[in-house]
Amino acid sequence: MLEKDSKKIIENSKSLGWVLEPDAKAIMKLQGLDIPDFILTNSFEDADTFFKNCNGPVVVKAVSKKILHKTEHHAVVTGIFSSDHLKTEMARLLKLDGCENILVEQMVQGLEIIIGAKNDFQFGPVIVFGIGGTSVEIYNDTAIRMAPIKPGDVLSMVESLKAGQIIKGYRGKAGVNMEILTNLMVNFSLFVMELENDLESLDLNPVICTKDRCVIADARIMLQVS
Amino acid sequence: MVINPYPTQASRMIRKQVDLKYLFKPSTMAVVGVSTSQDNHPANVIYNKNHLRYPVKTFPVNPKGGFLNREILYPGVGHIPEDIDMAVIAVRAEVVPKVVEQCIKKGVRGAVIISGGFAETGNLKLQQRLVDMAKEASFPFVGPNCLGIYVPDYMDTFFLPGERIIRPEKGNIGFVSQSGGVLVDQMVKFASQGIGISLAVSIGNKAYIRETDMLDFFDQDLETKAIVFYIEGFEKKEGRKFVKRVEQCSKPVVVLKAGKSKKGIEAVSSHTASLAGDYRVFSEIMKQYCVAEADNEYELTCFCEALSCYSKGIKGNVGIVSLSGGHGVIAADACELYGISIPKIERQTMDTIKGKLSPEIRDIVSLANPLDLTGSSVDSDIVTAARHLSRDKNIDCIIALLIPYSPGVSTDIGAKLSQVARNERKPMIAYVPNEDKYRIIIEGFELNNIPVASSVEGAVMMAKALTRCRPC
Repeated sequence: MLEKDSKKIIENSKSLGWVLEPDAKAIMKLQGLDIPDFILTNSFEDADTFFKNCNGPVVVKAVSKKILHKTEHHAVVTGIFSSDHLKTEMARLLKLDGCENILVEQMVQGLEIIIGAKNDFQFGPVIVFGIGGTSVEIYNDTAIRMAPIKPGDVLSMVESLKAGQIIKGYRGKAGVNMEILTNLMVNFSLFVMELENDLESLDLNPVICTKDRCVIADARIMLQVS
Repeated sequence: MVINPYPTQASRMIRKQVDLKYLFKPSTMAVVGVSTSQDNHPANVIYNKNHLRYPVKTFPVNPKGGFLNREILYPGVGHIPEDIDMAVIAVRAEVVPKVVEQCIKKGVRGAVIISGGFAETGNLKLQQRLVDMAKEASFPFVGPNCLGIYVPDYMDTFFLPGERIIRPEKGNIGFVSQSGGVLVDQMVKFASQGIGISLAVSIGNKAYIRETDMLDFFDQDLETKAIVFYIEGFEKKEGRKFVKRVEQCSKPVVVLKAGKSKKGIEAVSSHTASLAGDYRVFSEIMKQYCVAEADNEYELTCFCEALSCYSKGIKGNVGIVSLSGGHGVIAADACELYGISIPKIERQTMDTIKGKLSPEIRDIVSLANPLDLTGSSVDSDIVTAARHLSRDKNIDCIIALLIPYSPGVSTDIGAKLSQVARNERKPMIAYVPNEDKYRIIIEGFELNNIPVASSVEGAVMMAKALTRCRPC
């Protein structure tokens, strides 16, 4: 069942037509899926404290109802290693159209994949899986299955990709933890079935995968315009 | 006869259950709309061919009544003195509801509505009226705007003069098509490849009987071994219902999809929406549910031939026997293209085959996969190679590329290899050029239920068909 809080977020986002990233991630977390540690703030001091506690690089993103495609608006900065850099980028992002808050997140590194869902006219909810990042349309290396999916479907999706070997581990490099990935995808597909009546499409892109974790670094939920 | 004026809930339920057997295997048929003046009116074409050439008892109907070629022309379905299993309706669209009403009143069990002028011309209301009436009365119908039903040697509601169409023989393929034209065209291809049909239906606007209903029917139909669909599109969520039904179906299902190109470039709001276009979603889900999707009409023909012989899936590890190096190479290329693997054969298999080959060729053959027996081989060499390749545990299907002009090959080779396939219990696919001269070899295979392709590529496509049905 969809969590009560998730339902509330979806209801409140209907007028906008999509769910803001921090809200979308909150829903994923309620669903038991892994998201990076974060702080949502417009104060540099709070952000800096968070950064120092992270003991590592952070990512900053503008949160604005007017910015759906963040990359095109230069609203994402990855690899922030210093307080100075954090300060200048925060100041820049806060000037972007409609930006009231900044999402500061722990930066996770690993293989970028996309896990998506679409409410297809003929088949209802379907799950898309492939190599992720900002160039997914260029690579277009994806597999599609009708939701809900079974654990066996996850393996067949991985194996049907051209980049399947990269996910499984290649030339001595550790692959993605298949057990975690499988749980994530099966869980996600069940969630998508719950959301069927409200969902237009959904991107978890990228999901950063390592041998220990699969972390949802960005989430975008597009709702059906009724 | 006692008629119970107060039917119980149970008897009402039974009456509501739609049984399509009267529609597809009727004993009696009424053709409504037969003209007294136009011999080439669709209803006349349909009436004439069924009345004159098929065992189904056929009655012509026209409100004017009178006689047509010395037969009684009935003014209405209700005037026919016998029970009628199904009616073919070929009257103007606006008159169709009235005819359907009469059919329901008479107790007819179903209809084929040939008439156009419904949803396809924007007349959605009229079509909906028809559907509402029919659903209320549990009166199944095919169409409207269709060619209807063809059952070899039994009935034919296609309004095409019998002498103009090429009809496949009776066989075990059940064919459902959204387009009548594509169906007739495909029937020509089936006929030339010797593929038989159990029942072919053009479902047209599919207002009542749709793909999923046909899946139900064919799954139960003892004469059908494989079910084929030509699909342009599904209604909202209908695709989901279709694949869920396929999952329960005990027979292989093949589809040919039209309308694959993107309709314009729509503005899409997410990566997923742009990656998962309508056709990609369709194609991937067909794979997920073990539906063998043919890429084109040629592949469809190959798939049907293979699946009419074998309904069990293979992993796709073929052993290729050839009498020419070139044919083996062409087959190997096609295998790579279609995702079929050609595994290495075991040392022991090679040694056994070598030991049993004719001494003349023992040192010139290429003992690998593809296995090239050369043009000097004779029947017994081909049989030996096929037998022992079948016994190799790495191989789950044999492709035999037979070049009938090779001097050592006899006309019995088809029958001999069929025996090997039967004994070894692994599917075999043959390639023999489709020429009258080689008919006896082709029949040697086909009469023994071994599919024969007319090209090397076609033989590989047949193997692909077997990889696409369960287990996939």
